[in-house]
Amino acid sequence: MPRYVLTGALALLFLAPLLWAGVASVSPQGGTAQVDGWGFGNYQTLASYQAGILSFLWNSTYVSVLTVLFTLVVSTLGGYAFAWFTFPGKNALFLTVLAILMVPYATLLLPLYVLLNQLGLQNSLFGVALVMTMFQLPFATFMMRISFEAVPRELVESAMVDGCTTFGALRRVLLPAVKPGLITVGMFAFLAAWNDFITPLVLISDTDKQPLPLAVASLRSQVMGVVDYGATEAGVVVLALPCVLIFLLLQRHYVAGFLSGALKG
Amino acid sequence: MATSTPAPPEAQPGTASPTQRRRRNRDHLIGWAYAAPTAAFVAVFFVLPTLLVFRMSVSDWSLFAGDRGLNFPTNFTDALDDRLFWPAVRFTLTYTVVTTVILIALALGLAMLVQESSRWTSVLRTSFLLPSALGLASASLLFYALYSPQASPIPGLLRLLGFDVGTISFLGTPTSALISTVVLIVWRFAGFYMLLLLVGLQGIPGEVYEAARMDGARRWQIFWQITVPLLKSSLALCTILCVTGSLLAFDQFYILTKGGPDNSTVTLVQLVYNTAFGGQNDLGRAAALSIVVLAALLVINVVQFRGLRGKED
Repeated sequence: MPRYVLTGALALLFLAPLLWAGVASVSPQGGTAQVDGWGFGNYQTLASYQAGILSFLWNSTYVSVLTVLFTLVVSTLGGYAFAWFTFPGKNALFLTVLAILMVPYATLLLPLYVLLNQLGLQNSLFGVALVMTMFQLPFATFMMRISFEAVPRELVESAMVDGCTTFGALRRVLLPAVKPGLITVGMFAFLAAWNDFITPLVLISDTDKQPLPLAVASLRSQVMGVVDYGATEAGVVVLALPCVLIFLLLQRHYVAGFLSGALKG
Repeated sequence: MATSTPAPPEAQPGTASPTQRRRRNRDHLIGWAYAAPTAAFVAVFFVLPTLLVFRMSVSDWSLFAGDRGLNFPTNFTDALDDRLFWPAVRFTLTYTVVTTVILIALALGLAMLVQESSRWTSVLRTSFLLPSALGLASASLLFYALYSPQASPIPGLLRLLGFDVGTISFLGTPTSALISTVVLIVWRFAGFYMLLLLVGLQGIPGEVYEAARMDGARRWQIFWQITVPLLKSSLALCTILCVTGSLLAFDQFYILTKGGPDNSTVTLVQLVYNTAFGGQNDLGRAAALSIVVLAALLVINVVQFRGLRGKED
């Protein structure tokens, strides 16, 4: 029994910062002079900050949706190729994808900054989504490859005998079979893109193009060094809410996904 | 890992008839067509930048003026001569050791506490795991407010419990800034590592514990002589992930301390960032510095793999 008490107390300790963020975001304390009394004053401050919260939310959503889309398309096609076809250079390509994991983020972002300038993608959220997709590829390609490999070959061969092309087989037979893999890859890509900080910090220079994490972080450097902690907490809640909801809804996939990513990878 | 696909039977070179060869070539073509988007992404956004960063590291490359010619050993010598280089190395290593030891010890403790599955333990597991859903930047912003002198509820809570703490400065001194950051990281990652260790724990057959208990082994003996050795590969994985992640720490320090107080919490990655974008605008030197970091990371990982693999035998 004391073991349960200890574990329960620890669990509360882990939940406490999240609960506090929720409470602090609607409390008067820590806010600017505009906010007095309990309520959504901190959220109003956040909403009217710089380009406005809707614009920052849109930037974050845009990058996240594009990243999820690109990652799903590229890793599905790639995973299919790696699992079902032989072609020269296959293993070299797969190892190169995995090698992305070995090069630190910061090392790649320096040349990517130069390269995106060359490609005319400087200061562009589209460019950020492309870079984010590349960082997602090791996990996503690996995940889709093992998902495709787990599908019994007979299932597809009988479809081919019925006159299906390889793409037809992918669309009609294989995609439904690898759905759990797709959900996992999509969820991880969303969480990574939604939460990414250093990529847009390096690649985005306009304040109105910032995704939400950058905007909330820049609340710290407000006029005369006064930090609006209330608005910061409101920002943290807006940032955390989708992640917590996705986590609770897809917990099973989250756990299974990172275990296959971490243990087998 | 890359060899797990069984090769189809027709892929035997030399003995193929013309039809078989044609079919194989068509197969290769289809395979490449599906892999093409992956190849394009990897080529443009990974291989090309990796080559470019080496090129940049030997060039006088300014953020605004671009490439201004060869500058070979100078970038590297300047990077190592930077006033903040060795302090950053020392701080990054200290931070890595402290974080790894505390995080893995706590994660192992948590994993053992929630090892058996029942409805309650799954609720508890979820509570420990929930912070992992947050982005590191969001978690850092949350703790930034939690540590602020104006908004922090912690001194008030301590006073309620009867401790008169006066004013606590969470980020004001080098030591407190380090501890406060480690607390944030432990909070954010403990559940994640707990889950990895939980899988390892569940792989240990119950009979092993039974036998030890029959032999009269004490709890601590069982822990050190059975649990830890049998958990070695999971612990090794956690250590490698944690060491690599900590050596590349950026978000948490950028948001919590901005490298302060007195540059005491400047990490290597932050030094790279500052050299490139933080006023000096020297992409060439930043590239040289990041290649030094990359090389050090490779060495550390090789040493870790050797050490951890050697112990397994």
